[in-house]
Amino acid sequence: MISLEGVSKQFRGSRRLAVSNLSLEISEGETVVLVGPSGCGKTTTMRMINRLIEPSAGTILVDGKDVMKQDPVILRRGIGYVIQSIGLLPHRTVAQNIATVPKLADWDDRRIDARVDELMETFGLDPELKDRYPSELSGGQRQRVGVARALAVDPPVMLMDEPFAAVDPIVRARLQDEFLGIQERLRKTIVFVTHDIDEAIKMADRIAILNIGGILEQYAPPEEILRAPANAFVEDFVGAERGLKRLALIKVAEIGVEDGPVVDREASSEEALRVMEKFGYDWATVVDEGRLLGWVDRGSLDGRPSLADVPPRRFSAYVTADSSLREALDAIVTNQTNVAVVAGDGDRYLGILTVERISQEIVSS
Amino acid sequence: MIALADELIRWDWVFSHGQEIWSRFVQHVELTVIAVGVGLLISFPLAIVAHRHRFLYTPIAWFTGLLYTIPSIALFVILLPITGLSYTTAEIGLVSYTLLILIRNTVVGLSGVPEDVKEAARGMGYTQRELLWRVELPLALPAIMAGIRIAVVSTIGLVTVAALIGRGGLGQFILEGLQTFFNTEILLGAVLSVALALAADAALLGAQRVLTPWSRTGGPRTRPFIPWKKPGFPIG
Ligand SMILES: Nc1ncnc2c1ncn2[C@@H]1O[C@H](COP(=O)(O)OP(=O)(O)OP(=O)(O)O)[C@@H](O)[C@H]1O
Ligand SMILES: [Mg+2]
Repeated sequence: MISLEGVSKQFRGSRRLAVSNLSLEISEGETVVLVGPSGCGKTTTMRMINRLIEPSAGTILVDGKDVMKQDPVILRRGIGYVIQSIGLLPHRTVAQNIATVPKLADWDDRRIDARVDELMETFGLDPELKDRYPSELSGGQRQRVGVARALAVDPPVMLMDEPFAAVDPIVRARLQDEFLGIQERLRKTIVFVTHDIDEAIKMADRIAILNIGGILEQYAPPEEILRAPANAFVEDFVGAERGLKRLALIKVAEIGVEDGPVVDREASSEEALRVMEKFGYDWATVVDEGRLLGWVDRGSLDGRPSLADVPPRRFSAYVTADSSLREALDAIVTNQTNVAVVAGDGDRYLGILTVERISQEIVSS
Repeated sequence: MIALADELIRWDWVFSHGQEIWSRFVQHVELTVIAVGVGLLISFPLAIVAHRHRFLYTPIAWFTGLLYTIPSIALFVILLPITGLSYTTAEIGLVSYTLLILIRNTVVGLSGVPEDVKEAARGMGYTQRELLWRVELPLALPAIMAGIRIAVVSTIGLVTVAALIGRGGLGQFILEGLQTFFNTEILLGAVLSVALALAADAALLGAQRVLTPWSRTGGPRTRPFIPWKKPGFPIG
């Protein structure tokens, strides 16, 4: 969808290259995050895609067409653009700001109104805000309007330069989650710039790590960057807790669950003890036709012939197949056990996950 | 000098000269509106050129600054052999004093438009012209209006000086009053021109509020440029 081939940029009056011989292939529907230290050429790279900056060498294709051979104004109207400081038009209301590109594209008023309402709804903006000016909004609301505005004509490609940088970490996390949800549906091709590696890991399908001078150090999915950093620069940039960060990217379902001691609630105490023995635990999970009920320990079976007489206790270290390994580890550690129970849809019992299995996963990286 | 023996104001004179007061008042307004209007027509394109091409700003500011520093009487004396005792003479003088104020304030307003707003607008596909008319000029409007207000108020003051060449609106009363030691006329001319200046300023401020509803709640702010020279009445 977007391809950079040997792109370099040298600003007039500067001896060093801001971007050096950069080649990147960005597929349709993919979110690629450019990340790297300040001044490494992330913004420059992004702005060459919509020709706000013209490359000194190399070719940039958007949708197979060379950007340098297109009218920059038409090119830009087809690419959503969000900048760090958002740049809302201070003299236009929220609704007018969102309507900016549709107006430039000469949509009729009815269609514009409908689109504005739809986007405000999508981005959780109260309709009451429509007639406010940007200076009357909170930081988070401004960011939402900025992103909504970039999506107004539903462009297939979005360029986002640190779009969530101007808000506090809590609001940022919420905006990231919301945006991931929206992107899940829209499947835009996105070039996203940040200098925050955690944001990159969270948002990216693939991460491009740039060094000063716009030198590409590694271009790979987040999991691979964490597991196998290409060189010392990447390893250093990714920083401490590389193993833990990677656990956040792996779902429980991906490494598979282990078999654990499990018995039906109709089973006899004798059978429960046998199952515990077999797995080497002194407790067992209790299910009702596959549905998770809780657990019983060896002691509570004393003098009771059947499990039906023993009320099962609730699991506190409980995760689902969709949980990340990091969440599983957290559940295990905070509950001071070494096992978490894994449930699927409708509380269906799937198995257990041990701290040993998780640490194996860390070591294997 | 003002003759102290007279009564301060003779109302019977005022009431018997209603027709004349009205026509000089209208002339005063006309001279001002034309001066600022023509000043805007000249300064607006110059300001835009100076904004787009920074290197032209210095010569433009220098030249209009030079016009501004020529004393009004001297300017009228220079123009008299060419354009005579006419409206043209008065207007050339008045217009040339508005240029510096209008250009400076327009350029200040345009350069106060935040860089990120322009960047976002360009990135969304505004052409250079759309950017100027739909983003830069609307955002510069408070500064431009401030310039117009200063120009209007100082032109209303300067028109009285044009009484020297017989085209002074309300200034005519002041001049005659001074020549005949008649306080009523001096006061009438002074009070009415000050009242006109205050009313015009308030009206323009009101217009600005209506035109820029967004600026009341924030947005870019620039301080208006007010030149150092206060045009005063040259005799008396
Ligand atoms: N218009 C310009 N003229 C000259 N040099 C520039 C220009 N824009 C950027 N540069 C230089 O190019 C290099 C890359 O800048 P760029 O803005 O792309 O960095 P960045 O990776 O986006 O940094 P940050 O994370 O701080 O935003 C820097 O050294 C910068 O000083
Ligand atoms: Mg940047």
